Amino acid sequence: MTHIREFILFGVLAVLIGILVLWLSPVGTIQILALASAYALIALGLNVQWGYGGLFNFGVMGFLMLGGFGVVFASYPINESFWGSDGPMLLGRAAIAAAFGAVIIIAAAKSEKFGLGKRSRMFALVVAWAVAYIVYRSQIDPAVAYIEGEVEQGFVGGLGLHAIFGWALGGVFAGAVAYVIGKICLGLRTDYLAIATIGIAEIIRALIKNMDWLTRGTLTVSPVPWPVPTQADLAASGLEDLSLITARSMYLVLTLLVIVVIFLLLQRAYYGPWGRMMRAIRDNHIAAGSMGKDVKRRQIEIFVLGAALMGIGGSILTTYVQIFDPGGYQPINHTFIVWVMIIVGGAGNNLGALFGGVFIYIVWTISDPIAEFIFRNLSEFSDGMGWGAIPDVQSRALQMRVFVLGLVITIALRYAPQGLIPERIGGAKAED
Amino acid sequence: MNELIFFVNKVLVSGTVLGSIYALGAVGVTLIFGILRFAHFAHGDMMTMGAFVTFVLASIAASMGIQTFWPTGFIVLPFAMAIAAGLALGIDRAFYQPLRQRGAKPVTLLIASIGVTLMIQGLIRLFWGVEARSFFANEPKDLIRIEVPFEGVRPIVISEPQILLIVTTVIAVVALHLFLTRSRLGKGMRAMADNADLAKVSGINTRQVIRATWVIAGGLACMAGTMLALDVTLKPDLAFNIVLPIFAAAIVGGLGQAYGAIAGGFLIGFAETMAVFNWSILLRPFRQSWPDWLPFPADLSLVPTEYKLTVAFVILVVVLLVRPTGIFKGAST
Amino acid sequence: MSLIEVSNVSAGYGGTPILNGVNLAIESTDIGVIVGPNGAGKSTTLKAIFGLLRVSEGAVLLNGRDITNAEADKLVPMGLSFVPQEFNVFTSMTVEENLEMGAFVRRDDFSDTLASVYEMFPPLKEKRRQKAGELSGGQRQMVAMGRALMSQPKLLLLDEPSAGLSPRYMLEIFEQVIKINKSGVGILMVEQNARQALEFASKGFVLAGGKNRFTGSGRELLDDPEVAQSFLGG
Repeated sequence: MTHIREFILFGVLAVLIGILVLWLSPVGTIQILALASAYALIALGLNVQWGYGGLFNFGVMGFLMLGGFGVVFASYPINESFWGSDGPMLLGRAAIAAAFGAVIIIAAAKSEKFGLGKRSRMFALVVAWAVAYIVYRSQIDPAVAYIEGEVEQGFVGGLGLHAIFGWALGGVFAGAVAYVIGKICLGLRTDYLAIATIGIAEIIRALIKNMDWLTRGTLTVSPVPWPVPTQADLAASGLEDLSLITARSMYLVLTLLVIVVIFLLLQRAYYGPWGRMMRAIRDNHIAAGSMGKDVKRRQIEIFVLGAALMGIGGSILTTYVQIFDPGGYQPINHTFIVWVMIIVGGAGNNLGALFGGVFIYIVWTISDPIAEFIFRNLSEFSDGMGWGAIPDVQSRALQMRVFVLGLVITIALRYAPQGLIPERIGGAKAED
Repeated sequence: MNELIFFVNKVLVSGTVLGSIYALGAVGVTLIFGILRFAHFAHGDMMTMGAFVTFVLASIAASMGIQTFWPTGFIVLPFAMAIAAGLALGIDRAFYQPLRQRGAKPVTLLIASIGVTLMIQGLIRLFWGVEARSFFANEPKDLIRIEVPFEGVRPIVISEPQILLIVTTVIAVVALHLFLTRSRLGKGMRAMADNADLAKVSGINTRQVIRATWVIAGGLACMAGTMLALDVTLKPDLAFNIVLPIFAAAIVGGLGQAYGAIAGGFLIGFAETMAVFNWSILLRPFRQSWPDWLPFPADLSLVPTEYKLTVAFVILVVVLLVRPTGIFKGAST
Repeated sequence: MSLIEVSNVSAGYGGTPILNGVNLAIESTDIGVIVGPNGAGKSTTLKAIFGLLRVSEGAVLLNGRDITNAEADKLVPMGLSFVPQEFNVFTSMTVEENLEMGAFVRRDDFSDTLASVYEMFPPLKEKRRQKAGELSGGQRQMVAMGRALMSQPKLLLLDEPSAGLSPRYMLEIFEQVIKINKSGVGILMVEQNARQALEFASKGFVLAGGKNRFTGSGRELLDDPEVAQSFLGG
């Protein structure tokens, strides 16, 4: 097994980073790398789901939002105004209402034990859902109105924990939601799963965007605290000129640490018995199922694991930019680009996912000024030819990148369906 | 009585309009699935693309001074549909056919369709920017008021594009039905959706059927996108947001079932409008006789408007769990 | 020049080939029956003739024309029809629509052929507005054969037409096969019920391990003690 291809590709990456340092600045490069490493983590998460498990997930964005919300909830300072008000009591009542609803729904679902037929069970279930929904709405609506109207900042605030806990909580949130989704959807066929995950991501977005009492919605939360001293902290402690680069470097080191740990754990798991079983399930559901493997449980496991990694990645992104803006999440920037990363990098190979994550993120970022440069020149050329300048050059240049992204997907699928660093497990991955 | 009219305007008219658009989109999705066995995610953007084609043609027509009784966008629609069908064929040729010939799995085609989505989105915004446009910048959008035979009651209001939309949808559905049940190619299409291997064995020209599928899907997508743009405004992300309800409609109707997709489209359309409708309006006439001990509900909508999107999705999930093949039995592989 | 001539054909689904040099020839007056143990490559031979899997070696000639690896929609107009063993009707379409699909390649008026198919299989006429998926196994087989006849083939390939049918239906189907042959259509069929089929076969081919083991008239094979013992269950 030679690794020449990997060396070359990562060499290219190193050269690219070197160019960035010279062209932009060390500070700018570190920023790009910090964000790129967050995306690499997210790509690892998708690689676990799609590459290892063959599970489709077009809802990456939703998990990133959950991660972002998790870190805000954990690390944002405590909102004294909320805790000193009636808010907790009102929310408590809503929680009790939700619990009551859950109980009657479960009771209805298990109603065959009380001798109800299939039809009446269905009916009981529908009634239970309706009652639960009404009871819950009757409690949550006033609580929401109260918190959004009476409490300072208009939301519950955070828990004031260290950002690292926030990253962990982001992973937990994403994983927990993934568990619920997995329970419901993983039995579905691939295309149904694809549409289901898109839908879930949109619902998560709608919820986070509109649950102002919990997330502050489009009002955005900032500043989200950093896990390492920020530039301001360092500047205050006397590091004048070097404060920015030191702060960013510390952040980058921390994220790299997270990635290295997770990467090593994943590699170990993947080349161990667990990974073998996962590949068996991915490549042949039926055979794996007949071998007595609990396919669905394993799939949920893998879906949750991948989502948790995405959640952590999403937390790191939010923490870095220090602002949580639910309106800023877009499927293109937060779902499809991650797909491009693993398609180009090579699904089923963690190194490929890492490479794809960092490489595509860098290319995506620097393509912004490059596209603008090209379009400005085009515009000047067309102006010089007497055809008039291109209007809104900047926004058009941005859209050109979306086109190129799509083109990259289709070209990669056609000419390099296994990615730049293909899966290498005892022979090639079966071509599709 | 006014409340009832309000209900008709807000639920019946809006639901029919929304349902028609969903139905036209879902038919395309379901036909492509039936024939090519993959979920074509770029369908929403094919709708947007079609709307922009119509917009360009309408602009050309307007600059040539063509003014008719009908909205210009509607007059040029047949030409736009032909162009959109051609574009759909080109997209298939360039991006899906090579993968099919390699024998790629449906999921690979599905990912490719995401690539196509991004390309169409990028191109549309590259050429037209991100701002909203209107088909009615230079001509009036007529409103039709249907008076009801009661004193002091508001009329039922429906806009001209909405009537055109409903009528065109009916025509399109009837035409599609005739095509699928009467024509040789249409029957071949049903045969291929039913059993692709046997269709091939029977000597049915599967390439021809695939082309017909793209022509129909592309044309209907153009029609749906244009109608949506005529009803509201023309935006680059016009249809991307309705791709979810469209897929929900196609799946609810049973993937591969053209009639199911139409029924599913109206089901989802009405469900969405009814879910966000404030039902307490219907209670207003009883306000006088409302018991004092019960607070009069100000808002009885089932779902806040922000969560409209969730309605389609919840229906989808329930159908998938209760009856995975859809209400009409859909293709199983 | 035979109607169909399969010479030295090797074929498979990639990997090890299933057929390793099969030879057979059929005239338009023939009913050819392929028999042999499971996995001998009987169905595979039909599929190889019909271009449904890749022929790696050898050639298939129809009336002397090379049709090796030709696509199905080219073969049907040339006079070849195939009835698969399973999933051989369009379940969601009516009986009549199924038959029409058999005539997809014809641009002329096929109402005569339709009438003759109904004459051959009277139950189909009765149920022509019914969905094929609602029919019994035997009737489905009739639909499948009727569909294949609609293109007016010169050679009909039948893959286990009696599979899963009751003995009564089996005999009925065999009778129809003989009748079709009398009308000038060559028949090449794979049959599990080897004895019954060889009774009326003018040519019999015993395949084993993807190769011809015995070739002769149906009678000769039935009378051959070795064939009887090894392949016809004694």
